[in-house]
Amino acid sequence: MIAKEVVQLRRDRLTFAMMFVLPIAQLLLFGYAIDADPHRLPTAILQADQSQITRTIVSALANTGYMRFTHRPASEAEANALLESGEVQFVVTIPSDFTRRLVRGERAQVLIDTDATDPMAAANPLAAAGPAINQALARDFVGPLAPLRDKAEAVDLVLQRRYNPEGKSRLNIVPGLLAVILTMTMVMMTALAVTRERERGTMENLLAMPVRPIEVMIGKIVPYIAIGAVQVMVILLVSWLLFGVGVQGSLTLFCLGTALFITANLAIGYTISTLTQNQLQAMQASFFMMLPSILLSGFMFPFRGMPQWAQWLGEILPATHFMRIVRGLMLKGAGFGSISAELAALLAILLIVSIVAISRYRVTLD
Amino acid sequence: MTLAVDVHDLVKRYGKRTVVDRFSLSIEQGRICGFLGPNGSGKTTTLRMICGLLTPDGGTGRCLGHDLVRERDAIKRQTGYMTQRFGLYEDLTIRENLEFVGRVYDLDRLAERVDQSLDRLGLATRQHQLAGALSGGWKQRLALAACVLHEPKLLLLDEPTAGVDPKARRAFWDEIHGYAAQGITVLVSTHYMDEAERCHEIAYIAYGELMARGTAAEIVQQSGLIAFVAGGPGADRLAVRLRDAAGVTAAAAFGATLHVCGPDRDALLAAIAPYRGDPSLNWEEAEPTLEDIFIHLMSKARDNVVDA
Repeated sequence: MIAKEVVQLRRDRLTFAMMFVLPIAQLLLFGYAIDADPHRLPTAILQADQSQITRTIVSALANTGYMRFTHRPASEAEANALLESGEVQFVVTIPSDFTRRLVRGERAQVLIDTDATDPMAAANPLAAAGPAINQALARDFVGPLAPLRDKAEAVDLVLQRRYNPEGKSRLNIVPGLLAVILTMTMVMMTALAVTRERERGTMENLLAMPVRPIEVMIGKIVPYIAIGAVQVMVILLVSWLLFGVGVQGSLTLFCLGTALFITANLAIGYTISTLTQNQLQAMQASFFMMLPSILLSGFMFPFRGMPQWAQWLGEILPATHFMRIVRGLMLKGAGFGSISAELAALLAILLIVSIVAISRYRVTLD
Repeated sequence: MTLAVDVHDLVKRYGKRTVVDRFSLSIEQGRICGFLGPNGSGKTTTLRMICGLLTPDGGTGRCLGHDLVRERDAIKRQTGYMTQRFGLYEDLTIRENLEFVGRVYDLDRLAERVDQSLDRLGLATRQHQLAGALSGGWKQRLALAACVLHEPKLLLLDEPTAGVDPKARRAFWDEIHGYAAQGITVLVSTHYMDEAERCHEIAYIAYGELMARGTAAEIVQQSGLIAFVAGGPGADRLAVRLRDAAGVTAAAAFGATLHVCGPDRDALLAAIAPYRGDPSLNWEEAEPTLEDIFIHLMSKARDNVVDA
């Protein structure tokens, strides 16, 4: 019995290859890509005061290694938009009267606004910011400024955790779970669809009839959209009742985003089923799709904390874009403007995957 | 005379292996053509090429006047192909299966057609049973009903009666003759000799090559095979001894009688000479059966393969 199973396993070349290649690929991928203590997070700086001291502060923040100044917005509104769309993790604001107040010995404030939808990404950088600023300034406080050195905290660092003031991970995880659960079920369902026909021997009969590839694909996908919709409603209801997380933004946008995401996942599953030969292979391929959707999409680990190549990889995944849409809508109350790029990305993924599926679908048994 | 199937020099290769080699066949409209040949001789592959499921690697052909490769969809619309393995959905009911097929072909008056088809099958009372619960014979009849629902002009049946009991087989063949009477052309592969004899004409394929073609009588005539039948006590036991004798292609026991045949009269006579003197046996020359001829053709084809 054991010998028979081993021989059968060896016959299925693709499965055999997958068993060895996938774990190695994933080890390498996730080993290098994931960083629970993310550095070089994109930061916008709104600097209304240019002086020796403010320059020291900015470079001190950069030197912590956690912040990378990528944007210089001209106004507060612009800075807020960057935060809302998730393009930056932090906005550092230095008011125009900062140096004057500092020199006079008055309360001088530096503001750091954080996108706290992901509390993990924000915790360490914020903890490091205060000490770094004070340490750096100590060197600047010479001559007439020397007395400031003795003040415990010359600079008043004001931290604002936006969208999730209490820093609860739950608020971040619930919307993320929605993306993960949908990826898991939707990809799997259609991945088995065509391979099942092949294994049951109904494929030959189906091919002998005049059905167009697009008809088969639509037929395989549409029923599951309804199942996905039910799933979404259940998850939303539970998360609202138990965790008090509801949709803050537009419900229409939420439905649009979810519908796109579900369809994209179903199309990916369908593509998998046209590329694999049996249900076992299709299952493995869907798992291969699922792990990155959990690990690289920003669900488990901060997206901006990953190396650039891993971020590019993450951008290919529908889950990444959906995660941003859902977090935007559920936590930030984002509008169409700040999530339109993500919607477009989902649409693009859907189109590309569909084209691959249609071109891979064989109308003959060759 | 209209040819429903007209293919020339079809070739199909899987890797290095040539499964179908320069196969040509034409069938007149309204005829039932029996497609015979040993297992693995390329029957299924040929049927699949004719109905557009496989692309030939060589050769040309027309099916119902449409080009085999370029007008695949037109052929599919007018052809009913019954797969060797039950190809309908076991987890759908009989009615649901027929309705599905009808919708794929975009048929009008769907409910009416399905009702008619169920009546003809005699399955109207069981229409809400799952197809998977049907016995082998009924599954085959359901598959045939699904094949003809869209009123095709050509039926391709791949061993439709394998594993079906004689009564169901007879019913199945009566239906096939009914369709032929309506002008439908039928190409049916089978291993049963009695079924071969129920066909208007026969095509015999072995190792991818067409070996014989014509009506059953023509094939018997053209074979040039000589056969003898021996009756009497112990005649059937001689089969084992004669089987490997020179000049004998086949020796088989049919009940208590012995059936021997070979391509050359003198050689065959020489082979049976030692036993002809036995007074308890009575020898008679007979007409070779189709089975004799096919076994003979098969060994001839194998020789060709070995030579090549």
